[in-house]
Parts: sequence; structure tokens; C-alpha cells
Amino acid sequence: MTDFIAGAAAPKTSILGVSAKMRRRNAAETRFKAYGIFAITLSLSVLALMLWTIFSDGLSAFRQAKMTFPITLTAEVLDPKGNLNRDEMAKITTVGYGKLLAQAFEAELKAKGISTEGVSAKELGALLSKDAPGVLRAEVLANPSMVGTTQNRSILASGRVDGYLKGRVTRETAERDNQISPAMLDLADRLVAAGILSAPFNTRFLTSPDASDQRPEAAGLGVAMIGSAYMMILVALICVPIGVAASIYLEEFAPKNRITDIIEVNISNLAAVPSIVFGILGLAVFINFAELPQSSPIVGALVLSLMTLPTIIIATRAAIRAVPPSIRDAALGIGASKMQTVVHHVLPLAMPGILTGAILGLATALGETAPLLLIGMVAFVDNYPAPPMEGMFDPATALPVQVYSWVTRSDPAFVERSSGAIIVLLGFLFVMNVTAIILRRKFERRW
Amino acid sequence: MKDQQIEERAVTAHTPRITARKVNVHYGTSHALKDVDVDILANTVTAFIGPSGCGKSTFLRCLNRMNDTVASAKVTGEILLDGENIYDPRVDPVRLRAKVGMVFQKPNPFPKSIYDNVAYGPKIHGLTRNKAELDEVVESCLRKAALWNEVKDRLDAPGTGLSGGQQQRLCIARAVATAPEVLLMDEPCSALDPIATAQVEELIDELRSQFSVVIVTHSMQQAARVSQKTAFFHLGNLVEFGKTEDLFTNPKDPRTESYITGRIG
Amino acid sequence: MSVLLLLAIILALSGLAFILGRARSISKVSGNIRDLHSLPGYYGWHTALTVLFPSIVVLVLWLVIQPMVLSNGAAKFFPEATRADSVALTLALDDARRVSRGLDAMIANGSKSEAEIAALDTATTDVRALLAEVNVALGSDVSAESLDAAKYMRAASHSGGFWMALAVMAVAGVGLIFGLSQVHPEFRARNRVEKAVLGLLILASSIAILTTVGIVWSMLSESISFFKMYPAGEFFFGLTWSPNFSGGSTLGFLPLLWGTLYITFVAIIVAVPLGLFTAIYLAEYASPKLRSWIKPLIEIIAGIPTVVFGLFALVTVGPILRDYFAQPLGLGTSGSSVMTAGIVIGILNIPFISSLADDIINSVPQSLRDGSFGLGATRSETVRQVILPAALPGIVGAVLLATSRAIGETMIVTMGAGAAAKLSLNPFEAMTTMTVKIVGQLTGDTDFASPETLVAFALGITLFVLTLGLNILALYIVRKYREQYE
Repeated sequence: MTDFIAGAAAPKTSILGVSAKMRRRNAAETRFKAYGIFAITLSLSVLALMLWTIFSDGLSAFRQAKMTFPITLTAEVLDPKGNLNRDEMAKITTVGYGKLLAQAFEAELKAKGISTEGVSAKELGALLSKDAPGVLRAEVLANPSMVGTTQNRSILASGRVDGYLKGRVTRETAERDNQISPAMLDLADRLVAAGILSAPFNTRFLTSPDASDQRPEAAGLGVAMIGSAYMMILVALICVPIGVAASIYLEEFAPKNRITDIIEVNISNLAAVPSIVFGILGLAVFINFAELPQSSPIVGALVLSLMTLPTIIIATRAAIRAVPPSIRDAALGIGASKMQTVVHHVLPLAMPGILTGAILGLATALGETAPLLLIGMVAFVDNYPAPPMEGMFDPATALPVQVYSWVTRSDPAFVERSSGAIIVLLGFLFVMNVTAIILRRKFERRW
Repeated sequence: MKDQQIEERAVTAHTPRITARKVNVHYGTSHALKDVDVDILANTVTAFIGPSGCGKSTFLRCLNRMNDTVASAKVTGEILLDGENIYDPRVDPVRLRAKVGMVFQKPNPFPKSIYDNVAYGPKIHGLTRNKAELDEVVESCLRKAALWNEVKDRLDAPGTGLSGGQQQRLCIARAVATAPEVLLMDEPCSALDPIATAQVEELIDELRSQFSVVIVTHSMQQAARVSQKTAFFHLGNLVEFGKTEDLFTNPKDPRTESYITGRIG
Repeated sequence: MSVLLLLAIILALSGLAFILGRARSISKVSGNIRDLHSLPGYYGWHTALTVLFPSIVVLVLWLVIQPMVLSNGAAKFFPEATRADSVALTLALDDARRVSRGLDAMIANGSKSEAEIAALDTATTDVRALLAEVNVALGSDVSAESLDAAKYMRAASHSGGFWMALAVMAVAGVGLIFGLSQVHPEFRARNRVEKAVLGLLILASSIAILTTVGIVWSMLSESISFFKMYPAGEFFFGLTWSPNFSGGSTLGFLPLLWGTLYITFVAIIVAVPLGLFTAIYLAEYASPKLRSWIKPLIEIIAGIPTVVFGLFALVTVGPILRDYFAQPLGLGTSGSSVMTAGIVIGILNIPFISSLADDIINSVPQSLRDGSFGLGATRSETVRQVILPAALPGIVGAVLLATSRAIGETMIVTMGAGAAAKLSLNPFEAMTTMTVKIVGQLTGDTDFASPETLVAFALGITLFVLTLGLNILALYIVRKYREQYE
């Protein structure tokens, strides 16, 4: 053993000095660490960029340009017969109300002495939203005694004026736009100065139903939120009991055999099946075969339930497995049946874990879009669904689907609405996740 | 008996490789090691004995700064390797560990081939210039570890496929391959059966000709069999340190006596 | 809604059965419940189950069988030629069903009375216009046979509903009497109830299997009718995708597969290094405190709905790539592109890869790290030469799972990749994927008799098989890997 290793023959080196080799190795070390920091920084900056884009685009959706001026509800126009009969009054269409609004607006400008230079009468009317006459009409028909009085009202301004106040529309874009002109923007400036035009908090964004392509200013999330809420309630009602039942069986009762094995592999595979496949399933089974109505929350909920179930089963099984066997032994030892042990001891102890898993599963379901597109929830729905249970069968949309359908529209004002809808959606997801975290922290048990 | 005496004379002639003075270790709030002074001599096997949790492994891990990988550990005092303080801020622990190698309690071969396990150290430290040299190093280290004849036909087989004793000898070969000056062994035989233990003990005795070996052990018999010097640790204190024979036949401290007679530990 | 009412009645009856069963068990032992085999409540539950179970079974069976009987009966109204052709018959029955629903709606809103409905005649009234008033849109005018069939369906379903209610309630009543007759002290009520509950549990866990069966069955049956209309060879090996809803489409699958795989490739190129280095940093370098901050932040990415990433791709990433890369390089003028979608899907998958890889890296035993450090290896040498090779199977599994997710991703490609099916190498060009086309062919007006709609099911089952294969492979690898260290 004279020819021992190279190192033994090498001269004794001090551990204090830094050799070129060591320097190279340390540089590699630093580089490697830097890759990690770079990866994390990059991922987090993209996240920050995304959230920043969405908030900067979307926060303005919560404010809405409105014109405030008195409107005289002339009886001759609105109620020509003078008998306040609703059916008779309903014959006056929105066109009549539109004229009335335009007149009132013009009168207010005259009264306040605001010059309308370079703005035609038609363009003046175009400053108001096309949605405004309809809203006024509905209000008058609901309360006919208003006819003949003068009402101070905040009327939606048109989408372009709204965009101007929020910086989306500029004089340059107005030049090329047939819906607005620079002169109209000048007038808008004067209206702001006179206190007629302002942008208060936009409650209608949260409550109104969707509006057509030409009226981005009137579009709201009302129907989408009701649709999502209905679906989440149903998903919770379907998934949690079934998920818990399946988990109890698989964890506590199932014999270890082939069938159980198949079920387990099945569940983990279903959890990884693309969500759109569940949409196809929903279309084929629930709509074409079971003939449930398209676009309805019940179908959406069934599809989302099938999609969420594996996730909930996996979380619930983990929670049940975390209950130590000693507790089961204790209960069985005093003569409780297996079923009693599970119901009286295991389930209550696993409950926080089950709830956390269920909330997180629901959060995923709330954000899911693709399968809902296939079962028709992307349809244009401007009627509120009825209260449950019938409402579960009415057409509705869902929050994430509303985001998608607004994005696909041509008017850039809908990007703002879309981002605003995302903020609402993220708000709900945030609340759900925080609830899950609090639950977990509060009931975290150390055995 | 005559042989023994000659050997002891040889031991005293050796120069200290590692000198530890007033070493203290804290893990968070617990004081794991208190004012330990030890000299590790060249070409000597030094055994650390003592009951569980006495600080012997902690001290061993200080000697090549393995405690650096535990975030809560704080080491104070002075440990010199060939006169240089290993806790000097200029010292690169990576380089130190190349000179002070370590073998662990549980055999931990990498999930690679036997050859790659042994070649790992020479490769990362750049000890060889070409493949032929590396082959030579691997062979000589496996011979050193008394493993060559058992594995020479299957150098490409995974190291994890060997038996426990073979795995531990592979780990020793792996440690030897980086050409260390000091070899630390943390209860190297505790996971092995008696036959494998005997093989490893025999190996330790052979390694003494080239390295200083420090071995932590639970077994007093093992310490007596393989070491020339023994240190007895108790509750974080170094109670007694001296020639192995003296410590076992004529302990100075009552605690040492209690331990070796089986009353504590 | 009458079914709901019936359900409510059944539930009320079972409630009653519970109370009666419980009371009877107590009275049988004159209040000395120690003489009973089970607690009184179990006798109550057992009686409730004898009511609930058979009546629900009858209700469900009736609901399934009645439409079949109705269709058979209604078919008689159509001429022999229609009945011989199964597709034509299905369409005719669909129409009749819609008409009958419209007639129901007319009654519901009070515009027509039963007598007026009975007197309706296609020769004298424009039934189609009448139906349109109650929001029932039809593709063609209502034929006399169709109206007769619809009237028959209404009448039959009304009387069917009546008999169903009667049958269900009769079964419930018999169940109640049977349940009560079973109550006596030696009766093992608890064991029976627990058996029933166990049956329910088994039923619940078999839903997963039913879902898979449902997926396969629904897609397979429609795919088969697609392949009857369109040759499978031309579908799977066709190089052109140009659907034409007026017929004569070329539906070649390869451009879609190419787009899918290209985008997935870009996504994996983005996600794997970023996710892996994130995991390595978090597992090997970050202090516990830093880790407890960074890990949840990274995982936020996974919690954001994909439609948000879609908007991000469309509004931010697409224009940036177009203005700073594609146009200066002369590679295209489209914001939607393989790159846009690929990069955004990659970002979406970073937390997925990093958290899987983090688990896998952490499951590599500490002893291997110690062994490497003890030999004087630096951290990066340890990671590269010991930990990554040891964790490799697990990481490969994670990458396969991420690939399967990228292939199945829908919203980001729908909003960021474009709709043009192309076989091109230029990553800045808009291309399209299988999922985009599934959405495209199945949203809006769909006609389940045309290959242009049915092709979506063929795409769906291909997607399902592709992702399922990857998942099974990945889960197998990951499981094998876990066993290695357990």
C-alpha cells in the first residue's frame, strides 16, 4: 500500500488560505444560490405584476361617472291619459324617457350657464348612458305617483365619459372615435367643474345584471354573484356529505383489496383530470341525457361537485388519518361499535381538518371557468334567477365566467369591468383561504 | 505486554493534530458542552465515551464544523487544527471537512454506484487528474477499507445494495478517498452486527497508521479494543481524558468509575 | 316541483316512522330499555329506513322508466318512415317534448286553458308563434303529428305523475307497517342500521368510479357517432383543421396536437427550472423564517383562478411579447401566441412543481446530506450530485404531472394562444390547442348530429386518455419513489 492516494502525497496545505480551486467552487456555490433567489424573485415579481395590473385596471370599476341633475317627469309625455294606469304607461317606451332625459339635461346646462359649444344636441344626449332611460322607466312604472314631479337623480354617464374621467379615453383617442369628440370632452370638463358630473362609488357594479355590448357602464356582477353563490351552496351540500362518507369508508371500513385499490387510484387520477373534461361530462350527462336546463346553477354545481369531490376526499382522508389510533382503541375498548367510534370520536376530532379541506375545495370550485363554458353559463343573462330552489334551475352566470365573457367583448371599457370582477372574485377567495388558515391554526392539535 | 508498552511510548511521541480549548456549545437555550479541553494526537485512535446525551457526538461534530448545518447551534472556544483555528472566519468549512473527514452512525451510501460513492470526494475536491488516477484511488481506498475483494466485480452496482457492514466500510472508503488528516467516526458500528463490527474495528486499527482517528462509541469494550486514548463525557463535561488503559483500569474520577462499572449510563 | 313535494312527504313519513318505531320499542319493554338489544333510537332509525329506502327506490325507478315509456308511446304518432330512422325519430321526439313543455308553460302563465290546449290544431293556429311567446323556440313549424304526440306526452306524464305519487306513498306505507312489525326487544336494530349506513358509505365512495365511468361513457358514445360520420384515420392523421358548420369540414387532429404540445413544451421550459430552483432554495438554503414567508407567497400563485392568468396573458404578457420581441425580431404581429400562453401556463405551474419538488427534496434523508457535507462538499455540490439524483424519480413524476396539467389547461390558451390551427415552428405565432377547440365547438349553438360538434368529444377523449396516461405514469413513479425511503 505504498501507492496510496494522490491527496496523501500532496503537500500539507493551510485551511486558512484560499486556493484558486476553492475560489472556483465557492463561486459555483454563490451562482447556484443566486439561481434560487432569481427564480423566487422572478416568480414573485410576475405575481406582483399580475396583481398590480389587475388592481390598476380594475379598481376604477368600483367608481362610475354619473350626472346629477333635476328631471321633470312631464305628465303629458309619460301618462298621456292622465289616469296613472300602469298598463297604459307601459306603452311609453324608453325612447320617450330618453327624450325627457335629454331635455332635462339640456335645461340644466342652460340653467347653470354651461356652454355647449361644438357639441350637437345629439352628441349632448350621447353623454348620457343608453341604459339611463330604461332605469328611469322602471322606476316610474314601479311608482307612478312620481309622474308630474321633479326628481333629482344621478344618471349614468356614457361609457366614454366614464373612460375619460378614469383616463382611459383621451383627446387623441376621441379624435378617432365616433362615439365621442374632443369638444364633448371639453364639455365634460366643464360639467365636472359645475359639479354635475362626478364619479361616486359604483354599487350597481356589484348588484346589476350584465348589460349589452354597447353599454359597458351599466354592466354589473349581480347575476354572476348570485349564480356563483347558488353553485357554492349546492357544491357544499353535495360534496361535503359525500366526501366525508366516502373518506370514512375508505379510511375506517374498507378492506384492503383490489376494489378498494381501484377506488383509490381512481380518486387520485380524477383529481388530476383536466377540468374541461368534467364540462364535457356535464354537457353529455346532465344536459343532454338528464335534460336539466342549460346555463343553470344546478348543472354547474353538479359539474363542479364531481370535479371537487376527489380533492375533498383526499383532504378528509388526511384529516381522519391524523386522528391517532389510540382514540379508536379507547372507544372500541369500552364496547362501542366501529360505527359509534367513528361518529362519536373520530369525526368530531377530524372536523377542523375536514372543514379546512372543504373550504379550500370550494375556493377552487369558485374560481373554475372552463367546465362552466361548456354547460352554457357563458350565455348573456340579464334577469336575476329566482330565489332557491326554483332559482337553481334558472339561467345564471358565474363570477369567473363573467370575467371571461367581458374580456371577449370589443369595447376596452369591458377590460376594466373584467378586472373589477377579478378583484371581487379574489376578494371572496381571500376570505375563504383566510378562514381556512384561521380554522387550521385555531384547532391545530398536537397529539 | 511488551508490545503494548512500546506502542504507548510511540503514542506519547506523537504531536497533537487537533487542540481544543474551552469549547462550549449551546443549542438554543440548552448548554450542550461545557469547557472541553482535548488534544487529538497524530496516528492515534481517540475514543469518546459516555452515556447518551453527554455531548460526545456534539463535540465530534464541532471538530469538522458539521454543527454549522444546524441553525440553532452556537460554538465558542478554540479548536486548532495543526495550529490553525478552525472557527476562524477565514476558514472555509468545506475545505476543513476535506481534511477532517467523517463517518456516520448509520451507513449512508449515496444512491449511486459503488465506484461513484468512493470517487465522489476526489471528484468534488479535484484530487485526481484523470480517470486512470481516479480508478487507482478508488481501488486503493476500497482495499484500505477491506472491501475491494468483495466488490471489485460489481463496482457499477448501487452502493445501497450492499449489506450493512459493507455499506459502512464503503462509507469509510469514501471518507478515506478525500485524503483526510483526521477521520471522525460517530458510533460507526452501532448499526452493524458483531461480525461486521469486528471487521470495521480491525479496519480502524489499520487506518491509524495514516490518520488520526476519533471514534465516538457507546460500547466501552469497543473503546478498550480500538483506542489508545479515551475521553469520558458526562452531562456536557469532559470528566476524564487519558490513556485508554489507565482510564479503564484506574479511573481518577468517581463518575468515570461509576460509568465503567455500570452504575450510570 | 311535484317530485320535490313527494320527497318532502317521504321525509315527513320517515320522521313519523322514527318517532313511532322508537316509542314502540320502549313500550314493548314497558320503559325498561335495558331489556332492548339496541338503544331505542336505533329502532326509530330502522323504522325510518324501512320507509325511506323502498320509496326512494320506487321514485327513482319511476323517474327513469317513465320517459322511456312516454317516448315509446309518442313514437306511434309519427309515420313509419320517421320511426325507422333512429336519428329522425330522436329529433322528432325532442321537438314533441319541447312542444309539450311549451304547452305546460302556456297553462302556467294562464294564456291558455286545458280546453283550449286540447282544441289546438296546427291547421288553424300558428303553434310555433304561440310557443315562441312562452320562450320555446323551435327550428321549424309544428307538424300535426308532433302536436298530437306532445298532447299525448302531456296527458300521459300527468297521469304518470299521479300514479307515481300513489305508488311511492303506498310503498312508504307498507314500509312503515313492516318496520313497526319488526320492532321487538331481541331485534338487532343497531346492527341493521349500521349495515345500512355502511351501504351508504360504500355508495358514496363508488361515486368516484361512477364519475370515471360517466366520463368515459359520455365521451366514448359521442366519439363513436363522430367516427361513424368522419373517418378516424383522417381525424388522427389529418394535417388541416378547418371546420365548416355548413358541412364539408376538414377536421385534422395533428395541428391541434402540435399546438398543444408546443405550448406545453414552452410551459415546461419555464416552469421546471423556476419551480425546481425555488424548491431547492426553500429546502436547502432559506432560513426557516424566510421559508415561512416565501412558501405561502409562492403558493398564492396556485390559488389564483386560471381565468385571471388568461386575462394577464391577453392584456399584459401578449402585448409585451409582441412589442418587445416578436415585432422587433420580425416574427409576427400577434399578441396571442404559443409563447404568451406557454409562459403564462409555465408561471401557473411554478408553485405546483416547487411544492412537489420541495416535498420530494425534503424526503431525501438527512444522512445523505451529512455524508456529503462530511466529505467536504459544498451545498450546491451536495444538491447537484447527491440530492437531485436521489430525488430524480420523484421530480420526474412531478414534471409529468405538470405536463398533464399544461396539456389540459383551458382558459389561458383560450385567451392567450389564439384560435388558428397551424403547423408552424414560430413560437410567436398564434396557434391553438385541443382544449381551445373543445370550448370552441361546444359553446354557443350546438347540433349533436353534426361532426363539427361531435369532434369535440373525440378531442375530449383523446385529451382524457393523454392526461390519464401521464397521471398514472407519474403517480406510479412517485409512489415507487416514496417506497424507497419509507
